[in-house]
Amino acid sequence: MPELIITKDIDAPSLDTLDGYRQHGGYEALARALKEYQPDELVELVKKSGLRGRGGAGFPTGMKWSFLAKNDKTRYLCCNADESEPGTFKDRMIMEKNPHQLVEGVIITSYACHVSTAFIYVRGELALAGRQVERAIEEAYAAGYVGKNILGSDFSLDVILHRGAGAYICGEESALMESLEGRRGYPRLKPPFPAVIGLYGGPTVINNCETLATLPAIVKNGAEWYASFGTEKSTGTRIFCLSGHIKKPGNYELPLGTPIRTLIYDEQYGGGILDDKQLKAIIPGGSSTFILGADKVDTLLDFESIAAAGSMLGSGGVVVMHEDTCIVDAVLRMTEFYRDESCGKCTPCREGTYWLTEILDRIEHGHGKESDIDLLMDICDNISGKSFCPLGDAATSSITSSIKLFREEFAYHIREGRCMVGAGAALVASH
Amino acid sequence: MISEQAKERMRGLAARYPVARSAVMPALYIAQQEEGYITQEALETVAETIGLTVDDVESVATFYTMYYQQPPGKKVIKICTSISCYLRGCDALVSHLEHRLGIKRGETSADGNYTLMTAECLASCGTAPVLQVNDEFVENVTLEMTDALVDEWDRDLGAMKNLSEISSQDGQIASEKKSDSKTEIPL
Repeated sequence: MPELIITKDIDAPSLDTLDGYRQHGGYEALARALKEYQPDELVELVKKSGLRGRGGAGFPTGMKWSFLAKNDKTRYLCCNADESEPGTFKDRMIMEKNPHQLVEGVIITSYACHVSTAFIYVRGELALAGRQVERAIEEAYAAGYVGKNILGSDFSLDVILHRGAGAYICGEESALMESLEGRRGYPRLKPPFPAVIGLYGGPTVINNCETLATLPAIVKNGAEWYASFGTEKSTGTRIFCLSGHIKKPGNYELPLGTPIRTLIYDEQYGGGILDDKQLKAIIPGGSSTFILGADKVDTLLDFESIAAAGSMLGSGGVVVMHEDTCIVDAVLRMTEFYRDESCGKCTPCREGTYWLTEILDRIEHGHGKESDIDLLMDICDNISGKSFCPLGDAATSSITSSIKLFREEFAYHIREGRCMVGAGAALVASH
Repeated sequence: MISEQAKERMRGLAARYPVARSAVMPALYIAQQEEGYITQEALETVAETIGLTVDDVESVATFYTMYYQQPPGKKVIKICTSISCYLRGCDALVSHLEHRLGIKRGETSADGNYTLMTAECLASCGTAPVLQVNDEFVENVTLEMTDALVDEWDRDLGAMKNLSEISSQDGQIASEKKSDSKTEIPL
C-alpha cells in the first residue's frame, strides 16, 4: 500500500475531536506556517508542491492564490464543500471523520492569502458533515487556532460555516458566492474572476475541501516531499471515489498516475467487477466527465493521461459499469440530474437539458426516431460552451461520449424498441 | 408562531456575516425548524430580521430544495437515484418503499407521517444504494432492510402519537413525559 497523505489516520479513533487530531500531529503545520513562513513564502511552497485543485478543474492551487488582486479591498476564502457531483463522496468523508484537517487547511490558506474571514460552504444534505465541521470550528476557536492573534501571532481569522440548502449549482464557484451572499445560486459571468472581484466584491480564493485538507501535510513535510508522489505534472495523491459495478466500492487514496486497472481490479482496492462480469465503461471523474470505454482501463489516473484518453480527471469520482448496463438508460439517468439541477438562468442549458431528457427517454422506452441520435448530438452542440457556467457542458459529456462509443446500442433501441443488453440494474441485495 | 428566541438567533446571524443578507439562508433554516416548513410568517419574519423584502426572501426560499413549501411528513425519506445508486438498484428500492408506504415519490401520506422523495447524488456512492431519513444516512440499503426500517418508523410514529395523546390528556407537553413513556406504552 503506497504512503497515504490525506487519509493517513482517517480511521483513528476520535480523530474528529481536537484532542484526537492533535494526537496525530494536528495543528503542528499551522504553528510552523505562522512561525517559519511569510504568507508569500507559503504561496511559493504550494506552487512548488504542484498541488492542483481537487474539485474538478485541476487548476494549480498556488497559482490560483497568486492571482488574487493586489488592492485594499477585503479578501475572502471560500471552502467549496458543496460536494454533489454524482459519483463523488470524498469531501463528505473528510468532513465527517477528520474535520479539523479541513479547518487547519482553511487557516493556513487564509494566512497565505491575507484573508481575515473564511467561509466553509457545506452541502445542506450532508447534515452530519456540517455538524462535525461546525464543532471543529468551535473547538478551534476555543483552542486559539481561530480568532484573534492566532497562536500569539498578529494573524487573526474568523471562520463561518455556511450550509447549502439543496442546489448542485452552488458547487460552481460563482454560484457559491451568490448563495453565500444570500441570493439564488445563479452563476456570474466571468471575467471578472473571483480572484479579482469575488465575494462581496473582494478578491476571493475558492478551494475545494480536499485541496484544503491536503495543505497541512505539505507545510509539515515540504513541497519536494509532496511532489515526489504522483507524476511530474500531476503531483501528490488524491482520493479516488470508486463506485458502481465494483466488488469493493469506497474511497481509495492513491498517487496520481496509478492505472485505472489497479484501482478497479487490485485486491487492496476495488477487487474486480461485480459478479466477475466484463467491464463495459468507466466514468473517470464524476458524471460531468466523458465516458471511457473498457479499452481505456490501462490509462493512468492523472490529469494529462485522462485528458489524452479523451476525458477529465474531474472530481475523482470513478464510476464503473459492467456488460449488463443499458448505456441509454444510464445516460438518461445522468441527464435527468442535469435537467433537475440546471438553475434555469441560461436558455440553452435550461431548455436543452429538458429536451435531451425527453429524447433519451423516448429512445429508452422504444419510441425513438431514426433521427434522434443526430438530434441529441445537435442539441449537445447547442448547449456546450453557450451558457454562463459549465453545468450545461457537463450535461452533454455522457451523451456525446456514449454515442461515440456505443452508437449501435442507441440505434438498436430505436430500431428494435428494446435494449440489446441484460436487464440493466437489478437490485444487488445479496452483495 | 416563530419564537422571540428564534428571531434573536436570526438577528445574531445577520450581525455575524460581513453583510446581513448573507444570513437569509441560515435564518430560513431556523424559521423552518420552528414552523415545519416555509410559511408566510416564516418569510415575513426572516425579511424583517434580515432587512429584506418578503418577495426577496421568497425568491431565495423557492430556489433551494431543502426549504419545504408545504408541510412535510414526520419522517422525510430521501432516496438517492443518481448514477451510482442507479447502478446498485435504487429504482427497486423506490418502488418497494412506494408500495410499503402507499405513496408515490414526491407525496406525503394522508396521515402526515411520511414524505417520500427521490434525491440527487447524496455523496454516498461507495455505500450505494442509500437513503436519508430526516437527513440522517442509511447506507448499503437492501429490500430486507427497507422492510425492517418501515416497521421501525411505524413503531416510532406510533409511540409519538401515543405520547401526544397522553400529553394532551395530562395537559403536559410530550417531552416532559418522554422519559417514562417507554415503559408505559406498548410499542
